[in-house]
Amino acid sequence: MRSTVRDPAASPWRGPTRPYDLVKELVIAVVVVSLLVLALAAVFSSPDEPGVTIQRWARADPSDFITTATTELDGTSISASYGPPYNHDGPGQKIGPLALQKLAGVRIPIDPAHDFVIGPLQTVTGDRTLAGALTRYTRASAAQQQRWASNYDQAIQNAPAQDPTQVRAGDYGPVPTMTARLLQLAQSGALDSQLVNPGSGFYQTDYTRPLLFLSDSGYLANLAQAQHLSGEQWGMSNETGSYPGQAWLWLYTFWYQIRPFTHSGNADALIWGIMLVLSLALVLVPYIPGIRSIPKRVPLYRLIWRDYYRQTDNIEHN
Amino acid sequence: MTVPPPVRPAADDVPGSWTAALRRRAIDELPPERLLPDRQPAYVSSWVYLFGVLTLAALVVVIASGSILALKGPEWWHHSSLGHFMNSVHLWSVELFFFFMVIHLWGQFFMASWRGNRGLTWVTGAVAFLASIGTAFTGYVIQSNFDSQWIATQAKDGMNAVGIGAFWNVLDFGQMLLWHVLLLPIAIGIIVALHLLMVRRHGVVAPIGVDADGNLIDSGTTTDAS
Repeated sequence: MRSTVRDPAASPWRGPTRPYDLVKELVIAVVVVSLLVLALAAVFSSPDEPGVTIQRWARADPSDFITTATTELDGTSISASYGPPYNHDGPGQKIGPLALQKLAGVRIPIDPAHDFVIGPLQTVTGDRTLAGALTRYTRASAAQQQRWASNYDQAIQNAPAQDPTQVRAGDYGPVPTMTARLLQLAQSGALDSQLVNPGSGFYQTDYTRPLLFLSDSGYLANLAQAQHLSGEQWGMSNETGSYPGQAWLWLYTFWYQIRPFTHSGNADALIWGIMLVLSLALVLVPYIPGIRSIPKRVPLYRLIWRDYYRQTDNIEHN
Repeated sequence: MTVPPPVRPAADDVPGSWTAALRRRAIDELPPERLLPDRQPAYVSSWVYLFGVLTLAALVVVIASGSILALKGPEWWHHSSLGHFMNSVHLWSVELFFFFMVIHLWGQFFMASWRGNRGLTWVTGAVAFLASIGTAFTGYVIQSNFDSQWIATQAKDGMNAVGIGAFWNVLDFGQMLLWHVLLLPIAIGIIVALHLLMVRRHGVVAPIGVDADGNLIDSGTTTDAS
């Protein structure tokens, strides 16, 4: 505070008053807003693009499915190299020296190779070829598993149109058999429920595994790109169709559009750090010198209270 | 507006009663004529003041439409035309809620409405705004459609990067559903109630450069809008 004079706004108002019916105002506002909302809902409706199933992905883009499954095995998928909270296979993001992601620990343990590929395949019965492939794979050393999966992953990248059916012969071990059988499982629809319900529970509400597997694919990202939802298209502040979406997230998604965040491996952590500081500043505006003085220097208040100032000025000059 | 004198213990108050003390304190802080006044200072006549009550009105529609959706469960709106319409009502009431609230917030900022010991009124309003963003976000990730899949898988990276995702898993539909329909609405209800009580407790802030008697003063003698 610059002045020792008591803030006059702290004293109870003793000046002129006018009738004001708060309850009537609220009732009228509820009625008006309700009618406006009903009109908007009737005219513009709301988006409801059906969710992507694992089955739909496997049927629509089997090459992408097999490629993704292979990257889960060789540890190069997003999930397989993510780090906390899913696994220890990535360093996690930092804000300077502050590694909050790592500090929080692995609290939702996920092993993509096992949870997305090997585990579901082990539930299949009556398929001797698959059983033999799984036995050979699981009995091999970790280095051998890695070599087979990496070789197959590389071969797919080099195949015409990256089509797994056109891969040249190579040292892939049982991996092609496993991924082909996983594709069949996915195309049948069985993998959808197996990923949601990997244990013996009947009721499930946690979609972490199928969503992580889906988000490792190129298929989901391509669909999002077509719906102007990817990160460089202001991402999750949008929604499908021409709806306003979460427009209030504009500042959060804005940072993802500019350097250095577009090229930083720590972009998420840095942007969250910035938004936490800005949010705290918003909450504490009344206590931040300089910021709290802006209203006096940008005299919009004169426009808001122009009638009162004019009336009071006239009274004092008469 | 005159300020009522403090409420003294009544003759029949039970000595040492916490209940009687709370009643006296409540009436002292918010006597009925201050809680629900039928007059306001003459300066409360700008259109800007409407956006506070419009925000509240939109919140009423948000809660009402959300309650109907909750009654029928999260799958209803996908296979019922009435359910889809109710989802649309919920969506548009949320859009209007934020539209009104942002204008209300900017209006209060440029009026420096935290003056006169009203800092906590601003704080509760800003916290309500941030809590509303969280509530709306959880609503988007429990739609159980393509939007929710994409938004959840994108948002997880930000949450995980600062350690929040380890405890608050946006890919867990059940967890997000309960936060959206129970925990966050309760939090917003409490914060908004506190905000409204503080507005009524302190009254609407006077124009900058005007004293409590309604006279223009030299603004240089006042605080820096603190």
